[in-house]
Amino acid sequence: MSVPTITRRTFLTTGVAGGVVGAAVSVFGFDVQPAAAQARTLKIERTTETRSVCPYCAVGCSVIIHTLGDRSRNVTGTTVVHVEGDPDSPINRGTLCSKGATLRDDIVNERRMTKMLYRAPGADHFEEKSWDWAIDRIAHLIKETRDKRLITQDYKGRSINALTAMAVVGGCTDSNENNYLIQKAFRAGLGVIPVEQQARI
Amino acid sequence: MTNGWTDIANADVILAMGGNPAENHPVGFRFVMEAKRRRGAKLVAVDPRFQRTAAVADHFVQIRAGTDIAFLGGLINYALQTGHVQVDYVKLHTNAPFIVKEGYSFDEKTGLFSGWDKDKKQYDTSTWQYEVDAQGNAQVDPTLQHPRSVFQLMKAFYARYTPQKVSEVCGCDAEAFTKAAEIITSTYPANRAGTIMYALGWTHHSFSVQLIKTAAMLQLLLGNVGMPGGGVNALRGHANIQGGTDMGMGYHNVPGYMPIPKAGHVSMEDYLKVAVPKPLRPNSVNFWSNTPKLFTSQLKAFYGAAATKANQFGYTLHPRLPEDPKSGKLENWSWAYIYDHMAQGQVEGLVDFGMNPVCNGPNSRKMVFALSQLKWLVVAENFETETTSFWKSEILALAGKKPEDVKTEVFLLPAANFAEKSGSFTNSSRWAQWKYKALDAPGQAKPDQEIIGRIFTKVRELYKTEGGTFPDPVLGLDWSYTNPVSPAEDEVAREVNGKDLTTGQQLASFSALKDDGTTSSGNWLYCGSYTDSGNMMMRRSTEDPTGLGRFSSWTWSWPANRRIMYNRASADAQGKPWDPSRPAIVWNGKAWVGDVPDYPGTSDPEKGAGAFIVLPEGVARLFAPGDIFKEGPFPEFYEPVESPVDNPMHPGGQSHNPAANIFKTTQWDVLGTAKDFPIVGTTYRLTEHFHYWTKNHPRAIEMMPEFFVEIPVELGQEMGIKDGERVRVTSARGHIEGKALLTKRIKPMTVAGKKVYQIGMPIHWGFIGLGKQGGSLANITTPPVVDPNSFCPEYKGFLVKLEKV
Amino acid sequence: MSPVTSASALQVKAVSASPHTATGIKDVPELTKMIDVSVCIGCKACEVACQEWNDLKVDEIRESPPQTYQTLPDLEYNFWQLIKFNETERDGRLLWTLTKYQCMHCEDPGCLKACPAPGAIVQYSNGIVDFVQENCIGCQFCVTGCPFDVPRISPTTGKVYKCTLCSDRVSAGLEPACVKSCPTNAISFGTREKMLAQAQGRVAQLTADGLDHAAVYNPSGVGGTHVIYVLPHGDETSLYGLPTNPKVTFVNLWKGPLKWLGNLVFAGGIVGVVLHYLRYGPREVDESRHDDVKH
Repeated sequence: MSVPTITRRTFLTTGVAGGVVGAAVSVFGFDVQPAAAQARTLKIERTTETRSVCPYCAVGCSVIIHTLGDRSRNVTGTTVVHVEGDPDSPINRGTLCSKGATLRDDIVNERRMTKMLYRAPGADHFEEKSWDWAIDRIAHLIKETRDKRLITQDYKGRSINALTAMAVVGGCTDSNENNYLIQKAFRAGLGVIPVEQQARI
Repeated sequence: MTNGWTDIANADVILAMGGNPAENHPVGFRFVMEAKRRRGAKLVAVDPRFQRTAAVADHFVQIRAGTDIAFLGGLINYALQTGHVQVDYVKLHTNAPFIVKEGYSFDEKTGLFSGWDKDKKQYDTSTWQYEVDAQGNAQVDPTLQHPRSVFQLMKAFYARYTPQKVSEVCGCDAEAFTKAAEIITSTYPANRAGTIMYALGWTHHSFSVQLIKTAAMLQLLLGNVGMPGGGVNALRGHANIQGGTDMGMGYHNVPGYMPIPKAGHVSMEDYLKVAVPKPLRPNSVNFWSNTPKLFTSQLKAFYGAAATKANQFGYTLHPRLPEDPKSGKLENWSWAYIYDHMAQGQVEGLVDFGMNPVCNGPNSRKMVFALSQLKWLVVAENFETETTSFWKSEILALAGKKPEDVKTEVFLLPAANFAEKSGSFTNSSRWAQWKYKALDAPGQAKPDQEIIGRIFTKVRELYKTEGGTFPDPVLGLDWSYTNPVSPAEDEVAREVNGKDLTTGQQLASFSALKDDGTTSSGNWLYCGSYTDSGNMMMRRSTEDPTGLGRFSSWTWSWPANRRIMYNRASADAQGKPWDPSRPAIVWNGKAWVGDVPDYPGTSDPEKGAGAFIVLPEGVARLFAPGDIFKEGPFPEFYEPVESPVDNPMHPGGQSHNPAANIFKTTQWDVLGTAKDFPIVGTTYRLTEHFHYWTKNHPRAIEMMPEFFVEIPVELGQEMGIKDGERVRVTSARGHIEGKALLTKRIKPMTVAGKKVYQIGMPIHWGFIGLGKQGGSLANITTPPVVDPNSFCPEYKGFLVKLEKV
Repeated sequence: MSPVTSASALQVKAVSASPHTATGIKDVPELTKMIDVSVCIGCKACEVACQEWNDLKVDEIRESPPQTYQTLPDLEYNFWQLIKFNETERDGRLLWTLTKYQCMHCEDPGCLKACPAPGAIVQYSNGIVDFVQENCIGCQFCVTGCPFDVPRISPTTGKVYKCTLCSDRVSAGLEPACVKSCPTNAISFGTREKMLAQAQGRVAQLTADGLDHAAVYNPSGVGGTHVIYVLPHGDETSLYGLPTNPKVTFVNLWKGPLKWLGNLVFAGGIVGVVLHYLRYGPREVDESRHDDVKH
């Protein structure tokens, strides 16, 4: 990234400009109160605080997410201005590590995925698709795989109803509730045996 | 963790080994510093590198990567030789007095236990058993003198692990070892407690489970398990990896650590015959005898009205683990095996919730190849990853393919992140902590419950309209959520807890579960987390009346809000705490008081039901009978599968774990030898980054911008490599390049008379992200080897060579 | 009320280039940040917390000093505090003396004394020395005046920046962001009295543990600092990259002999030229300083 270069000329210009403003005050006697008034304003003065838990390691630090925007029905575009440790937590007592302290970068980040993307067989790029289209296509693919490959009876003729032609992985940063839903929908519902998360790796 | 983060402040000695908590769990590490400041606790760090934890340790010992069992075996031997053993504890709470069957043996020359089958390459474990009487009760010798008592066998077994031997194997100084041993075993008196903190430095080996067992054995000998300030504490690496594990996210089990039904379990009765163990001592509680109640209630939660007595409460709807028709053995669908099967073309589709196998799997080139064999791939993600985009030419080149060769349909579903949805995370202390949604997900991103809900309801709709193969479980699954396309976390949390189906009341505890279909509970382990009084995981009381950091009203801890596991072992035969200044639970003559007892609440200690209620013995296992572990009832030191030396414990005999699973599927499933790859390589995390996410974060990249290889200064000098120059690290699997960071923090070592160098590679970088990425993915070099019990890959301790670019 | 909140109001005590001394200051307790080096694990939470709270981000990643995990070689105008990964060997063992490096908030601030721009540097009665960029003229006298080499000029705005000790947070009754974040409590914040006592207590503990030269770093040459350290090896400040005996070298020109000049040149609006001459003499602007922030 390039930054504007400072030259002797620009240096002097800024110097003089600053000096003039300053001098006027100085000559007429400097009042201490305006300086105090220039003290920085607190950026979390008008934020909404939400209690959450850090998504990184398993220490389980409680965090407070400060958002701007009053969450009224007609308002969208809430932004996060600060994330800090929750002082109530007996674990982190308000503190965070260097990763936890960057959590705002995890939420507000121009690299976040915001569109449904699809890569067609053999393609070298993603294309945008609608959610409805994607869900419909995924459901058909899952059903096709299951219909064709579900082992209803094994080689000894025992009923086992197991599907190993598809797998489900992940979930270590998902809530217990979502992990349970994964188990329920994919294992108990569709019969998927390989349901695995990050614990083994 | 058996204990928990806040409890570490109660320790007198902390052993940080197989983990680098100051680096990877800095906030949890505050309790170590608190113990040091407040109690004058001593911290011992043992690691291949001098790192952030070592920097603040009272004593640091550098060991060769993968030699931890030798070090811990040395500690056990030191404790037994010096009498640093809490004898009363060991007699009462472990199987030290149990008598082992005749026929069990260990050959010190070959390094193999009795029962090894050379051809099948596996053990017949029938000699690894207790002597039992006609009623099936194990025989014991309370004096510990019987030559076949576990205690005597263990003593003889570890007598080989002398300080000199430890030094020879680990490459550390014998004196440095002995100093560590003095500090660590100083916790054997009843009034002292020591804890062990470990993480992936122990689990990432081909002998990982045995390694952790060795640590547990040491802690049992010192009387530290169940004690406040004690325990064996696994520092888990992800925010809800604990919860995921609890929720059955492993192919081998269902939620609540019950085994998955197997092909041979045609009926629920067959399943329960295996799932319910027989007690091995007269008064043993044998907790898993409750399985019928726990499992039936789970099936009721899954299948609701479709779970009837006629269909064994839905047992016939539930899948069973298949056997391989060729071998007749149960199939292995653990994580690394999924990709192995995938590479063989056996898997058509993969649904992936925020996981990046290209980066976090071992042997990355195989991972990319495996994914390229898929017909379809669905990934729900916050950021573009190497997995969502494995088909891009730069990444696909790892598997020698081009995008046009790969027919996989890929769906990248933009997903909400942690802040954009509610729900509970269970931390390493087993505390389920509720979090609240702070804002909406950006753009079209959706929360995972909606992704699951939409996919499932759509598939079900197709089965309803079109029919298909065995539609019964799909149609029968109870998906009656208020909003089926996006079930609310609150509603799901209530279901996980469970209710009385006759009254509709939320259950207060798993003791209320029944096997007659009148109760439901998605996961018995979380029964009590959401009762009629509300969501316990939301509790925020910071009260700590004992001052021992239990915080019993802060959120909720499984099981039953118990904060210290095995806490019955913190008290003696009469129920009096070993250390009255640090009581976990106390028998007051009528009941156990203090922490939620890990024991029947009103069971008189005189009755002698063992403290370890989940085991049929009722006591902790120093000796692991039967086929619990694939490689032996006592942990023996084996070399990593790729090792620079022959195992000094039994030269010429078995060098690495005889039971280790080594993949041979693809061209990248290969091993190297010390001749071609003379340097020990290891991988690790850095405090500044989290896995492969924060490479998208400007401030994390600011702190740690690029991949580097940590190289001992001496090795750099020998090879003419200067700090900051580019180097190439090559293993038998592949190579990566990065910046050389010459350091004194990894010293050369002498192992079995041979000079050995180790180099270190932090993970965190790959192909996609800010800063310098360039494919510097450490896992390209890691080996195709997994532990035979946990199936964890051997990321830590393998062979590489180093070159200047 | 906690000591921090009771000190919440910012009362100005001294102002750069002002001939007047502030009057009517309420009795506000002095505040101090204490850094216990023996407890620091170098996790850099403080670095990021500072960046995050102050909405800072460095323009360009620079190579760290060789052989370390240190984030940047030095402070930047947009990187106000840095953990220095000092590493030495002692008796054949490695020793890390990780040092959190930032503005020391001197009681007798060399920067403020050197500053010719009225109101560009303010010292509050609680001890915080804050830069008011609106009044800064970019002359960098403060840089020369600082015995700890802390202030840094921005090539974009031409103004000088440094740690504010989170004056915004402190005035609202909160602790500075770095203090808040520190997981091991290596950084504490409170009234000066309490912090000094706490530091002495830690020194006593470390001494009892065999660190005979443990000491509090609170250099008198600058009248004491509002950022103090507990150093396990207090006799060797160089291990921490701290000056042994820092002094204010700049006389307070603007209150003393050059007071007339100040008013004169300011009135004439030629301050930049004159001040530049005063600082550097008749030579080019130190391009080198700016070169290293250029791409």
